[in-house]
Amino acid sequence: MNTLFDKIWDSHVVESIKDGPQQIYIDRLYCHEVTSPQAFEGLRRRGISPLRPEKIFCMPDHNTPTHDQDKPIADPVGAKQVNTLAANAKEFSLNHFGMMDPRNGIIHVVGPERGLSLPGMTIVCGDSHTSTHGAVGAVAFGIGTSEVEMVLASQCILQQKPLSMRISVEGELKPGVTAKDIALFLMEKLTTGGATGYFVEYAGSAVRGLSMEGRLTLCNLSIEMGARGGFIAPDETTFAYLKGKEYAPKGEDWDKAVEYWKTLRSGDDAVFDREVVFDAADIEPMITYGTNPGMGTAITGRVPLLEEIPEEGRKSFLKSLDYMGFKPGDKLLGKPVDYVFLGACTNGRLEDFQAFASVVKGRRKALGITAWLVPGSWEVWKSVRAEGLDKVLAEAGFEIRQPGCSACLAMNDDKVPAGKYCVSTSNRNFEGRQGPGARTLLASPLTAAAAAVTGVITDPREL
Amino acid sequence: MKKAFDIIESTCVPLPLANVDTDQIIPARFLKATTRDESFFGENLFRDWRFRPDGTPVKDFVLNDPRYGGEILVAGRNFGSGSSREHAAWAIAGYGFRVVISSFFADIHRNNELNNFVLPVTVSEPFLEELFASIAADPSMKVRVDVPNQTVTNLATGRSEVFELNSYKKYCLMHALDDIDYLLSRKGSIEAYEKGHEVCWK
Repeated sequence: MNTLFDKIWDSHVVESIKDGPQQIYIDRLYCHEVTSPQAFEGLRRRGISPLRPEKIFCMPDHNTPTHDQDKPIADPVGAKQVNTLAANAKEFSLNHFGMMDPRNGIIHVVGPERGLSLPGMTIVCGDSHTSTHGAVGAVAFGIGTSEVEMVLASQCILQQKPLSMRISVEGELKPGVTAKDIALFLMEKLTTGGATGYFVEYAGSAVRGLSMEGRLTLCNLSIEMGARGGFIAPDETTFAYLKGKEYAPKGEDWDKAVEYWKTLRSGDDAVFDREVVFDAADIEPMITYGTNPGMGTAITGRVPLLEEIPEEGRKSFLKSLDYMGFKPGDKLLGKPVDYVFLGACTNGRLEDFQAFASVVKGRRKALGITAWLVPGSWEVWKSVRAEGLDKVLAEAGFEIRQPGCSACLAMNDDKVPAGKYCVSTSNRNFEGRQGPGARTLLASPLTAAAAAVTGVITDPREL
Repeated sequence: MKKAFDIIESTCVPLPLANVDTDQIIPARFLKATTRDESFFGENLFRDWRFRPDGTPVKDFVLNDPRYGGEILVAGRNFGSGSSREHAAWAIAGYGFRVVISSFFADIHRNNELNNFVLPVTVSEPFLEELFASIAADPSMKVRVDVPNQTVTNLATGRSEVFELNSYKKYCLMHALDDIDYLLSRKGSIEAYEKGHEVCWK
């Protein structure tokens, strides 16, 4: 009780249904092209329109190619989805940032960077990585398409209130350890289902010390522990990030908003349904070896031995290693890599490009490596250029592509071929996620960069 | 879609794997549809486990095994993790499953099943283990899912458990009503909420 989650959630309860869910008011709905068409179709079937169109923002990101975005999308089915979103936004008078609009990008990168996602809000989208927006101190979570239709129709959603959990990471992170490594570490410790049923508040000095972009990365990965969402109480870092953003309040409204946002913190007497604490000093740069994000290890570590896996999990474990082409006990350092992907709503922001560039600067892309560097938005693309990082990257043999979800889930042309290994800064290493048969190793931008210049799994601290 | 629930007695399809994620239930390349054609999604349920890249069936995958069939899918722990894609629930419904039994469901997927009139039944780990053993011993054994009484029974052993389902959702399932029908009837309360919560920055 008296957690920040309670405060935000309870203040959005319109009604509680007896022995049932609560009706929650939604401040912001984001729609992308993949999970929204059937929701709009549903509205038409019912003969209704969105209740509050001004609170709804649409943009295509999953199907967008990462080159020649000024030309029509070659894949007719992908093009149809993108065009359908534009047509739906037009029909129902919704905000729409289409392809080539300077505001376009991955929805979870654009929302915060435009100031559309603000502290204290409830935010939903038909996408599990909606948890990203929790970094600004909002209750943000992914929903299904029927639920998108619910919000379109009523600006409300019916939900059971999740339990609350606080994950604290205390102390100082070691050099070379990033927000991504914290998340992969938490998933390894808590497993992919470990936080199911919970809404997570991240706390502790290591979390407080993260930049806004690092916080976005951490909250992005909440769903990979099964959590409905994860957030960080807003503080001066949050306010400094949001100030002046296009949709953030201005002038007197800003002052009033900040005054309110400062009250958004868990009480000293807050009681969480579950609480875990980790020591930042225990976290090393991480990498995954299996087919769910919880199958990770310190980069200097090895694949577990069969006897280290609980009996009931061994069948899945062996199936996973078979898919990856690894054996129990394998060391990860030195394993060959074919592809490197920098991007996604997890690590497609300016800081991620800065980190990647810091490693490859003065080096060359290794022979045989195909690298996709995909900014999360046109805004990121612009900033990368403004900082001259494009030149640093070009000198090292890397080119920057155009923004979108890209190889994170390979709905566009950026597919990793079957059997190839990809060190990826994205969020999921599921079978076939980056293309049928593709083998994904999740890691931070630093670790991805180290692999890109050496051609093998490499500890970025050694470079 | 929207078929009212009462009592279901059926044989089962066993999938004794943990952490089956929604990318396996329906791979991303099948998400490009703009309509809710469940038969299309159903045809591609577990596509990459069920078929080789050339389209030939993978013989030993359970959906291709003629010994197994029915309206109930029985899956290992943490079913439906990962992507929020409701297409996964459409694929399960489109294939013809009305019930999924597991010891643990991922949150979003569980809601997606309920919103598509597929009933997720959470059972204890021992119940699930025994059920897998019963199906292995006799693929023609049946399970009874009694929605009014919220019980699930392994008819081979007689073992029965009560499963959780809130009374609102139960009412909806038994009367083939969805949440949107309900929400559309609450417009007055939504407007009253908005009046009471106006702020300058939203």
